[in-house]
Amino acid sequence: MKEGKLRFKNTDGKPAFSDILGKLRMRLGIKRSDYRVNPGLYALNSPGAGSPVLVSANYKLSFDVLRAAASDLDAWILVLDTKGINVWCAAGKGTFGTEELIKRVKKSGLSKYLSHKTLILPQLGASGVAAHKVKAKTGFTVKFGPVEAYDLRKYLENGQKCDEAMRTIRFPLAERLVLTPVEMVLSWPLLLGSLSLSVLCALISGGLPVFLSLLSLSVLAILTGTLLVPALLPYIPGSSFAWKGWITGLISSVIYLLLAGISSAVFIAGALFLFPAISAFLALNFTGSTTFTSPSGVKKEMLYAIPFCVISAAAGLVFLFYFAFRGFSL
Amino acid sequence: MRYLKNVSTLTIDRKKCTGCGMCAVVCPHRVIKIAERKAWIIEPDLCMECGACAVNCRENAVSVKNGTGCAYGMIKAKLKGSSEECECDCC
Repeated sequence: MKEGKLRFKNTDGKPAFSDILGKLRMRLGIKRSDYRVNPGLYALNSPGAGSPVLVSANYKLSFDVLRAAASDLDAWILVLDTKGINVWCAAGKGTFGTEELIKRVKKSGLSKYLSHKTLILPQLGASGVAAHKVKAKTGFTVKFGPVEAYDLRKYLENGQKCDEAMRTIRFPLAERLVLTPVEMVLSWPLLLGSLSLSVLCALISGGLPVFLSLLSLSVLAILTGTLLVPALLPYIPGSSFAWKGWITGLISSVIYLLLAGISSAVFIAGALFLFPAISAFLALNFTGSTTFTSPSGVKKEMLYAIPFCVISAAAGLVFLFYFAFRGFSL
Repeated sequence: MRYLKNVSTLTIDRKKCTGCGMCAVVCPHRVIKIAERKAWIIEPDLCMECGACAVNCRENAVSVKNGTGCAYGMIKAKLKGSSEECECDCC
């Protein structure tokens, strides 16, 4: 559509069935890098010259969250080309950035059309966008809105002002859980490795009982690292993710060994060296999904956690193969 | 939720700081507060080094070694031999 010199596409806040399927696909981590909308200007409902301009990323999930949150508003949505990546990660990579925003604003023709000079950005875009540089190059004032799109209405009704809560990022249970399927999908190499280990040990000696025990312990260790630790994150003592994963993995392995009535000391040693280390490694990987881990902290933690996990897991494998080759019974 | 203590690389040069408050506005963990027309780091252990404060400081008074705190990305970057930027396609 054209209105004066303005070029835009129309959109509304209603999700189509394909949007719901797409959201599900993203949450499962299937072809996640390929879920985009075209960058450029969108008219949400029927905006005019005085309507607010909301800036977003061209990851379709980000765009959908925004238009759903603003579904009953008339607004302009300016979508930046972030290579299909969400606002926060793209800001970190610099694609949701100062240069891209300046380029899109100039291309949009908004400055001649609008009766105001304000762009509203999600607060988490601030690590990529220098508000003062955008102002110098385009004349537009960048206002950082709330962290979460669902606070947008309140922000606008509030005269475009955030309270402390709207400016603070949180990480509640629902948000932690929604990220866990992707963690599980990404852990498939570990599952494949554990499966091979279970088959090998069962074939060498021990048969089905050994196969089932090792496979159960593996699945338990993976679920502990990818689901239980994220779910219980604030309640597991300590601050290191590897530690949280290791201690939770140790507890879940011990519970399994007790319930299964396994009494072979060699098998128990093998299991306790291997499986908590797997949970520790997976929990460490969850750092990237959280909203509060710093690169300096992750680097510090990796320095001891990675060698620990590798050595512990290797020791576990030695014990388990020794158990299998000697033909001990569980 | 808090992560490891005493690791944040965030610093503020109060000689350059004019107290405009932009760093405090953009911080998603409310690490910085403005008092007596200067920015103060009040919660250094909550800092996740996202860099929003430094990017938005027009006086270049804020400095932080920014990046994404993601072990998966760092491992992948190390294996690929590239710099320690996030190299994953997970986000």
